[in-house]
Amino acid sequence: MSARARVFALHGGLLALLLAGHFLLPAYHHGNLARIMVLATYAMGYNIVFGYTGLLSLGHALFFAAGMYGMGLSVQHLGYSAGPALLIGVLSAAVVAAGSGVLALRTRGVAFMIVTLMFAQAGYLTVLYFGEWTRGDEGFVIARGARVLWGIDLSDEGNRYLAALALFAAAMIACLALVRAPFGRTLVAIRENEARTRMLGYDTFRTKLAAVTISGAISGAAGAAYGLLFGYAGASFAGVEYSILPLLWVLLGGAGTVLGPFVGSLFMFYLIDLSSGFTTAYMLIAGVALVLLTLFAPQGILGEVRRRIWEWLP
Amino acid sequence: MSLLSVRGLTKTYDGVRAVDVVSLDIEVGEVRGLIGPNGAGKTTLVGMICGRIAPTAGQVIFAGRDITGLAAHRRTRLGMAYTFQITSIYAGLPLAENVALAARPHMAGAQVPAAVDAALAQVGLDGHDAANAGDLSYGHQRLLEIAMGLVQKPRLLILDEPTQGLSEAEVVRFLSLIQGLPTDMTVLLIEHNMDVVMALADRVTVLDAGELLFEGTPDEVRADAGVQAAYLGVA
Repeated sequence: MSARARVFALHGGLLALLLAGHFLLPAYHHGNLARIMVLATYAMGYNIVFGYTGLLSLGHALFFAAGMYGMGLSVQHLGYSAGPALLIGVLSAAVVAAGSGVLALRTRGVAFMIVTLMFAQAGYLTVLYFGEWTRGDEGFVIARGARVLWGIDLSDEGNRYLAALALFAAAMIACLALVRAPFGRTLVAIRENEARTRMLGYDTFRTKLAAVTISGAISGAAGAAYGLLFGYAGASFAGVEYSILPLLWVLLGGAGTVLGPFVGSLFMFYLIDLSSGFTTAYMLIAGVALVLLTLFAPQGILGEVRRRIWEWLP
Repeated sequence: MSLLSVRGLTKTYDGVRAVDVVSLDIEVGEVRGLIGPNGAGKTTLVGMICGRIAPTAGQVIFAGRDITGLAAHRRTRLGMAYTFQITSIYAGLPLAENVALAARPHMAGAQVPAAVDAALAQVGLDGHDAANAGDLSYGHQRLLEIAMGLVQKPRLLILDEPTQGLSEAEVVRFLSLIQGLPTDMTVLLIEHNMDVVMALADRVTVLDAGELLFEGTPDEVRADAGVQAAYLGVA
């Protein structure tokens, strides 16, 4: 089988498996997986900047929240229906990503981490400051009536799962196309050796800005979908925790692999879920597992798989 | 006609003049050697020519166009290829992808694979294209650098100490590679190995302490007492 066929088989197979899960999974895991797929979409967006371009952003919650609030506020205060609201969410995130990217990309390394972290904190405080509209920490519920897209009621659990799967599939195919295209190769080149890439004739600043914008748009789509599917928007999604989580998921699953973000989100979600079943110190167990993985599989689960068996993994 | 003209190029670092009002003209098709003792300002001068370092004063004119303020990546697209003094390849990527990255800004996507194969064959690295560049020997990495320059089909190829760290056999191979380049390709060669400079260069520019000390044919350089005192060492 050619590398191309293997890639199609693996990624198509996962989507088929997830579709089968819709019919086979018990209700509890069915609900979990819907949530995981949306969060994995967020992590896939993050992975474009962190895994492929090599930029460690600590502020992606800003983009997730921009998508969520762009969608939520236009439903809540402008009375938009789900479709246009979703679009506004994605656009808001892309604009915020491009704007903060222009400034943050003037820095590199630790300074870039700090600048992105500060941008995200400013976003979080903005949500709190405009509490009259955003309801701050408390957040607001997105009315059931507004959660209907093309006549499909997204508050229904079955529809929710399928919508999450559609979002996840779209993001995965987009990422796959992106990283296999010359643009994706340029991102990897920037990650590996930026000075060299510039001297080969690439405008590395513009390429990085495009990567941040695309990454922000995907993260925003995940944020908007999260609000729409689970019916709630709150300031906690703009907080620092939601900037760290995609980093953890991507690190665990394998940075710079298309499926790593999904594997990482799935792993972490169930690690916490299972360990909280028999101890209240579940974060301790999660922490130990993270330390072990970092020690023995520093490239993440799929990074390790790529190193040992499947070298063709995109 | 000169392909590259440098006019009064100067770079000062905290008052130290690394390059002090240097002017030179390089003709189309010429192989120009640039020599000088360590710290003479060779790499700084070339850094200003290819846009990695912003000059304090002076002008760089390439193919009749003032490019002094042009970003480095735009100069590359005008046909100026630069190979790094310290090997700067993509160690984690396959050989073919290293060369393909160099080729893509200069040609349509469909032409890239053939150009990559040709460039790798030109330097004698064909057959290794799937290997990771980081797994190559040092000498082969230097050849890969040169392949990444050649695949751009540049009008000006800047080689910064290309034979540094090569074995004698590899140096011989490098000499025949450069001698086999198309005659209209202009080469600026920064080199420590005097035998290489004497064998390849049409003209040689000698820098010393940031200033242009001498310019002439290899034989004139060899004969000049000032150059000998400053650089070649007189017993």
